[in-house]
Amino acid sequence: MSEMRALLVEQLDRLLTEQGGVAVLREVERGTWPEALWAEVEAQGLALALVPEVAGGAGLGWGDAAALWHVLGSHAALIPLGEAMLAGAFLGAAGIEQPEGFTTLAAAGEAAPFGRHASTLAMLDGPHVTLRQPGETTNGQNTGREPRDRVTPGATTAEGDLPNGFGARAARLGLALLRAAQIGGALEKVLALTVDWANTRKQFGRPIGKFQAIQQSLAAMAAEVASVQVAVAAAARAADARGLDGAAFEIGCAKIVAGEAATLGAATAHQVFAAIGITEEHELHHFTRRLWSWREEGGTERAWAEEIGRDAMARGGDALWPDLTARDISGVSA
Amino acid sequence: MRFDLPDLPDTRALRAELREFLAEAGRNWTPETRARSWMGFDRDFSRSVGARGWIGMTWPKAYGGHERSAMERVVVLEEMLAAGAPVGAHWIGDRQSGPLILRLGTEEQRKRILPGIARGELAFCIGLSEPDSGSDLASLRTKAERVPGGWRLNGRKIWTTFAHKSDYMIALVRTSPAPEGGARHAGLSQFLVDLRLSGISIRPIRDLAGEDSFNEVTFDDVLLREDDLLGAEGQGWAQATSELAFERSGPDRYLSSYPALVAGLTALRPGHEAEAGRIVARLATLRAMSLSVTGMLQRGEDPAVEAALVKDAGNGFEQALPERLRAMLEPEERPEDLSRMLETLAMLAPTFSLRGGTREILRGIIARDLGLR
Repeated sequence: MSEMRALLVEQLDRLLTEQGGVAVLREVERGTWPEALWAEVEAQGLALALVPEVAGGAGLGWGDAAALWHVLGSHAALIPLGEAMLAGAFLGAAGIEQPEGFTTLAAAGEAAPFGRHASTLAMLDGPHVTLRQPGETTNGQNTGREPRDRVTPGATTAEGDLPNGFGARAARLGLALLRAAQIGGALEKVLALTVDWANTRKQFGRPIGKFQAIQQSLAAMAAEVASVQVAVAAAARAADARGLDGAAFEIGCAKIVAGEAATLGAATAHQVFAAIGITEEHELHHFTRRLWSWREEGGTERAWAEEIGRDAMARGGDALWPDLTARDISGVSA
Repeated sequence: MRFDLPDLPDTRALRAELREFLAEAGRNWTPETRARSWMGFDRDFSRSVGARGWIGMTWPKAYGGHERSAMERVVVLEEMLAAGAPVGAHWIGDRQSGPLILRLGTEEQRKRILPGIARGELAFCIGLSEPDSGSDLASLRTKAERVPGGWRLNGRKIWTTFAHKSDYMIALVRTSPAPEGGARHAGLSQFLVDLRLSGISIRPIRDLAGEDSFNEVTFDDVLLREDDLLGAEGQGWAQATSELAFERSGPDRYLSSYPALVAGLTALRPGHEAEAGRIVARLATLRAMSLSVTGMLQRGEDPAVEAALVKDAGNGFEQALPERLRAMLEPEERPEDLSRMLETLAMLAPTFSLRGGTREILRGIIARDLGLR
């Protein structure tokens, strides 16, 4: 990890640890906008992380973004920083000046994350980006109780086109990478919570973590957590090297692995936590409900697998290995 | 636990060279040979690989090596396994025995052994398991006692892959009793055993596929020279386990059944895209994880736990792959080469999660690292 990236990761983690936590998370799930926290995020310039430096941003890459989104996921993504970063990236790339306030990412016909709190919408229709005023809003939420609102787009205040490299489905690719990275972070947190619980909870006179059955299932979960992190890192590296469009394969792989890992990880955690883990009082569900939701957003495992599988089948077995290795990116530090 | 992505050199030229070589060498490989892959033993093939400079690639030239990078070596392994090449005759020497001798051997041992491995002429086996010592390796009882001028070896090793075809065994044996109430793995040492010595009898054990692949090796007053000791007396456990990260993280831990995917993918009918895609996604991810561990090893780090994790996850994948293909293709839909590979793999696959540390042992290592006490 570069020094710059490590610094940003630590900065975001500290901010979310100090100003986030379960109490704030509960408020957000009730529909409250975490005003103070968001103000701090804006003050630190985090929302503009992916905006090119010439356009007033930090000019970071997808690898840096994925590292930040991992941290965000480990705090149950209580703020829509990922969506704001994506919106900023697309507006910046399309040559549109960054608006004041929170801009969310909206795709035509899809619910806008935290739409009710957005002062502007970045709408993508293929590579065409428009900056819109939000119109009439119907509130909704996902299983994670994150705002997923139907926002009628209002007046267009600016528009532009994404350069080559973003492709015709940049919004979906960006969102898939975001959700996969968040899943990686949330799973890491859930694993830590579960290990801690297994070392604390005593039955039959000893911590349940002493039982091999528990150890074996947590080890299997750890393998999934690591798999997501590697798949996401590989996807982000590919996006940095070839643009989002050129990283569709790696991003798809990451979303598939993340979705599968979310399913197994959430199930394993709930099995080890048993009854306490399904109470409202316990913090586990803030993470597991989001894990279930994030599988659905940015393309399901199945949707991505069909695309990757269709391509692989069309190319045939003999082409698989050459195709896979031809995607290697040489001489790049992650 | 952490998996950083490694810096990859540009290996396109090397891969092209390997593919050309393997296309030619593999013209007459049967589907069974490809399915057996690194469980296949072919000295002629190994000699031809050695002649190309693809064994002992990272070793100093002074010992027959080629002073190339660990990543280039992995490229060779990947290409060999993706093609289902029968690499068994040089596999163990290249992966484990050679590096161990290079690191811990005497100058005489290095000069005597390493060039032969690199030429693909010397085959190695690993003497670990015994009749009463499998996963609980520290309980082993084969012992070497000091005698004037050397050591006298007595005992028995079992499940030793390719012992009947190998030239040398690196054996882990007891050289002094485990201290009462102390560490059970104290008092173990490694020896470089020339399998032609008198007093050694090797009995192949037929496996369920009808093949002779593993053996019972009996040592009956075998006289070893002083300099057959490998490394330090009493340090055998640390020496043997220090190589495990190399053994556990390589492409052989997720590619063992890959040739069946090559044959199967082409035969899939519409409707199986999603399952095919899930398989490809896992393959790509496991490869990235394995390369990550290679990167750590190349930087001199000790990724023991990461390697255990790659082996566990990889074994799960390569073991399930033939079943996933089977589930997508009815017998009459399978091309003949796939049918034959699946038959072979059904009999081989149970070993994937046994050799080199069972799934249960690996998960125990991971659990301990997670902080489960």
